[in-house]
Amino acid sequence: MATESRDYTEATETDRELTMSRAMVEAIAWEMRENEEVFYMGEDVADYGGIFSSTTGLLDEFGRDRVMDVPISETAYLGAAVGAAQAGMRPIAELMFVDFFGVAMDQIYNNMAKNTYMSGGSFSVPMVLTTAVGGTYNDAGQHSQTLYGTFAHLPGMKVVVPSTAYDAKGLMHSAIRDDDPVVYMFHKRLMGLGWMPSPSGPKTGVPKEDYTIPFGKADVKRPGDDVTVVTLGLHVHRAMEAAEQLDDDGIDAEVIDLRTLVPLDTETVLDSVRKTGKLLVVDEDYQSFGVTGEIIARAAEGALDDLSAVKRLAIPDVPIPYARSLEDEVNPGTDDIAAAVRELHE
Amino acid sequence: MYEQMVTARHYEERLVDEYLVGKQPAFDISAGPIPGELHLAAGHEASGAGVCMHLRDDDTVTAPHRPHHIAIAKGVDLKRMTAEIFGRKTGLCRGKGGHMHLFDPDVNFACSGIIAQGCPPAVGAAMAAKKRNTDSVAVAFLGEGAIDQGGFLESLNLAAVHDLPVVFVVEDNDWAISMPKDRVTDVQNGAQRAAGFDLPGVRIDSDDATAVYEAAGEAVMRARDGNGPTLIEVQVHRRMGHFMGDAEAYRPEADIDRAKERDSIERLAEDLRSHGVTDDELDEIRERAHERVEEAISWAKEQPEPGPEEAYENVFTNPPAQAATDGGSAADASGDADEMGGDN
Repeated sequence: MATESRDYTEATETDRELTMSRAMVEAIAWEMRENEEVFYMGEDVADYGGIFSSTTGLLDEFGRDRVMDVPISETAYLGAAVGAAQAGMRPIAELMFVDFFGVAMDQIYNNMAKNTYMSGGSFSVPMVLTTAVGGTYNDAGQHSQTLYGTFAHLPGMKVVVPSTAYDAKGLMHSAIRDDDPVVYMFHKRLMGLGWMPSPSGPKTGVPKEDYTIPFGKADVKRPGDDVTVVTLGLHVHRAMEAAEQLDDDGIDAEVIDLRTLVPLDTETVLDSVRKTGKLLVVDEDYQSFGVTGEIIARAAEGALDDLSAVKRLAIPDVPIPYARSLEDEVNPGTDDIAAAVRELHE
Repeated sequence: MYEQMVTARHYEERLVDEYLVGKQPAFDISAGPIPGELHLAAGHEASGAGVCMHLRDDDTVTAPHRPHHIAIAKGVDLKRMTAEIFGRKTGLCRGKGGHMHLFDPDVNFACSGIIAQGCPPAVGAAMAAKKRNTDSVAVAFLGEGAIDQGGFLESLNLAAVHDLPVVFVVEDNDWAISMPKDRVTDVQNGAQRAAGFDLPGVRIDSDDATAVYEAAGEAVMRARDGNGPTLIEVQVHRRMGHFMGDAEAYRPEADIDRAKERDSIERLAEDLRSHGVTDDELDEIRERAHERVEEAISWAKEQPEPGPEEAYENVFTNPPAQAATDGGSAADASGDADEMGGDN
């Protein structure tokens, strides 16, 4: 297997733009070509190509033995991925919607995440659990959650949340090569699906060659001096839009895309907070006990004296509603972010 | 096979002695040299030995929370396993697993504390074997109380539909903690459930190690030859409580007596005698087993406990380069992309 890696900032400039799903699949296909031990399994991943296009085209190149449709039995196939990973293979197992984790959480957090620790390091579990997250398309409470905090809270899993095609590819290469279980959470709204339009941000230039993005390195998407906005996933793009609006008002927002929750790049957040003194955290997960509280706690622990104001925007602890007006109300929008930054800036 | 069974029985008898040290007269589960719960498998030996006799080191076994007899039969390092049970640094899992979570990569053994949890990973090991075109197999052991778990039934289905080399072995000791089998299922012959997945199912209606050996031989060969999974149910007996400290108030006296009367080890000894093995020879085997057990226990007790700092190790095989909560530099973590994207 090739091990060449480099910092994302040094990547080749390219005119070729890909959607996030195409970028993900390109990394998976590259790794499958290089390493016969990599295989992909999940529901509707072979003939369908993944409900969210996470595996489009892989069946044609790699066949059913390496791109496996499985029965609707998440406990069995996610647990089987653990067993295959402990045997030294590198399975990628897809949980179609993160909302379905409940039927298989035992295999995820008691086996996948803990077996390395409980075995005293004698077993590794080098698997990737891919899963679709997020709302904004009116699919209600069982198909629209993000649940970033749930997976990041439980020790033993690395948790990755790409927001652009460039990151999606580099983080997928890193995830597959990593010796630990990685939960790779892709937002449906960013994938570039024909039936669910993306904002303009996630489609980016993507080099043809392979490259890795190290875990634990946040991306400062937009430097700014007045307020720090920390976010991830879909809300990176909403925060960027908000920052453009704010710029017209003379407010200079710095936008940080966390990219990985485990490990978390605390230092980049602290550096920014030391500069701006004001912190807004935006998250599509539930507010309580989640990413927003965690980031603010770390900022308080590491840079309390520099902080003059903090605020958070997240789903206000209600299940995701169905009706458009209700979902729009609870899911932080661009205007909500801009308003929160203005409030902090006053 | 007899030696494995005698070793397992004596091992558990000795664990009882050690476990009770410091826990009497007032029972305190956290006191004494062996911390935590202890689930003993005395009375289950026929299944572990009868099945594992057919297995090689490269075959995978997953066992449930009552794992010692299976681990011994699979060839798990007895000294390091004992050290693990005593919570020592040199234990199989460096003191992080304990008796319900033993892992030995040298013989591909793992066990777990949640009912039927080992079934999907066994299917995964079988999947790996098939993909790699090896002839190794996987065996998932579980108790009869686990056969109503979705994970077991999902695993049977997944293994069946992909013709995977896996054998499911149900140890039926009649009791799921305090629940007797007839109150949890109307299917008294658990092996019949195989029919629902179009698989062969075999029930050994007695704790006859020889019969287990023969049935398992067929099932393992079937798996190795690429002909798919088999379900075996073995009647065993629970000679002790569910866990050490269980007063078994729910269990009729007659049931406990019957469990002790029907002893697979005695039964196998009779068989061996009838085939001309002398008492002296059986004694010799027993002595050898006892010595091995004593040696493992003495060694384990001499081992040091892990240092407190080790609690922070092994969360990841490839740990992030910094502890995120200590205010350390995350930038350090990005410096070595090769490490983060580590090859295997």
